[in-house]
Amino acid sequence: MRAAVAMLLFPILVLAACQREERDTRPQSALGSGEQPTPVTTLEPGGQRASASDNKAASFEANAFHMSEGKRLFGWFNCSGCHANGGGGMGPALMDEKWIYGSSMESIHATIRDGRPNGMPRFGDKIPDDQIWELAAFVRSLGGNAPSSAAPQRNDDMMVHPSENRLPDAATLGKSP
Amino acid sequence: MTRVASMALATAGALLLQGCAGWQSALDPKGPAASELAWLIWFFTGLSALVWVLVMIALVVPLMMRSRAQAEPLAIDAGADGRKLRVVMTAVGLTALILVGLTLLSFFANRTLAAIGSDASLTIRVTGHQWWWEVRYEDATPSRILTTANEIHIPAGEPVRLLLTSTDVIHSFWIPSLSGKLDLIPGHMNVLDLKADKPGVYRGQCAEFCGAQHANMGTFIIAEPRAKFDAWWNDQLQPAAAPTADEAKAGEELFLKRPCVMCHRIGGTPAGGTVAPDLTHLASRQTLAAGTLTMSRGNLAAWIADPQGIKPGSHMPVVELSGDELNAVVAYLEGLK
Repeated sequence: MRAAVAMLLFPILVLAACQREERDTRPQSALGSGEQPTPVTTLEPGGQRASASDNKAASFEANAFHMSEGKRLFGWFNCSGCHANGGGGMGPALMDEKWIYGSSMESIHATIRDGRPNGMPRFGDKIPDDQIWELAAFVRSLGGNAPSSAAPQRNDDMMVHPSENRLPDAATLGKSP
Repeated sequence: MTRVASMALATAGALLLQGCAGWQSALDPKGPAASELAWLIWFFTGLSALVWVLVMIALVVPLMMRSRAQAEPLAIDAGADGRKLRVVMTAVGLTALILVGLTLLSFFANRTLAAIGSDASLTIRVTGHQWWWEVRYEDATPSRILTTANEIHIPAGEPVRLLLTSTDVIHSFWIPSLSGKLDLIPGHMNVLDLKADKPGVYRGQCAEFCGAQHANMGTFIIAEPRAKFDAWWNDQLQPAAAPTADEAKAGEELFLKRPCVMCHRIGGTPAGGTVAPDLTHLASRQTLAAGTLTMSRGNLAAWIADPQGIKPGSHMPVVELSGDELNAVVAYLEGLK
């Protein structure tokens, strides 16, 4: 009897494991349009102003799917043309979180949407809002601000050495083949 | 009763095979490579079936026979042992012979496949993307290099060489009625030669699971007589037709102002994105979104309004357009013949 119950339970548990990860690929209008203004500085006469927060920031930040989509868009829209894979070139480096216009999701979103002085173009009408949030989530992960279990991996061609399974083994290391 | 059952079985079998004819089937070859493969399939299947039947007979017949009573079951009969050994050795020898024979057949079929494109005059670069095909016609004259998507026009009766690669994950290019399948691998170039004997439209499909929309990654080979193919190539090289109607003009302006322009290219306009299908002659194609929808004004509008509903997970984002804006963009795209 107990065996029969166990045999029934097992497939139910196995089937329960088939649940698929939910991915939001349609814009979530319930979260707002992301059109709210974001302050450039926290300096305010008469004390600090609470920084604006956006509902979308929380749902995109540290989300593995959105960050990987952001990585793809970062390449597609030629962000590397100025920011060189995050290392910086004509544009500033994105590798730490001490940024001129703030490193919060909202600030990065505003930077991409509205542009910044001295070269950052505004992409507000060229990239749909959700895709800007995806880019912001990815850019934040570049500076190590996303959990490593969710952040997209560096491309193979940017690794300092080949992956472990492509390295020569200890016996042949240092000898020519 | 058994006769009725066997008739029913035979009919069912015939009907099943009937389903393999026509549209996208390896058993309905329309080119030399596919014929070679279809012949191999039939020969392997037939021979294996024959061997299986013989083995079953050899197994069942002795079971049915009544064994003779032996006076001394433990007595050694050298003559009978020798006979049995000879039978087993003959069977092993035949098995080896058949396996070597089939290997040789498959080897010679491969040689035939490899020889098809040795004098190919046309080279087409096919790049797999999630989830569409980029098609680039190579030419020694740079101005004659042509980029299009999802539909591959080829001259009928001429061998064509396809160079296959991918930019994201591994895909596989398979036109069952023209050729076997071959993978598209990122950072690696595979070569597939094929030939269509007669003009026609041959459907193909990505044959390597490549993500959420793998099933909606279709392609078409459109084989045409040489003159018609040349005319098509020349037409496709022209920049996009400039819109004349007011609505279409507004649509072009919207296309260039809104996110469309970030990914798509339209020849003759500033739109130069290369990460999504080239739309210069979009309306001249038969399908939308890699064989997902047929080309029509309604389907175009549906695809732009809700790509994530039609092909969830595809890399075409939802661009928020008002009804009038959507109509204008569709009017413009519809004119890109």
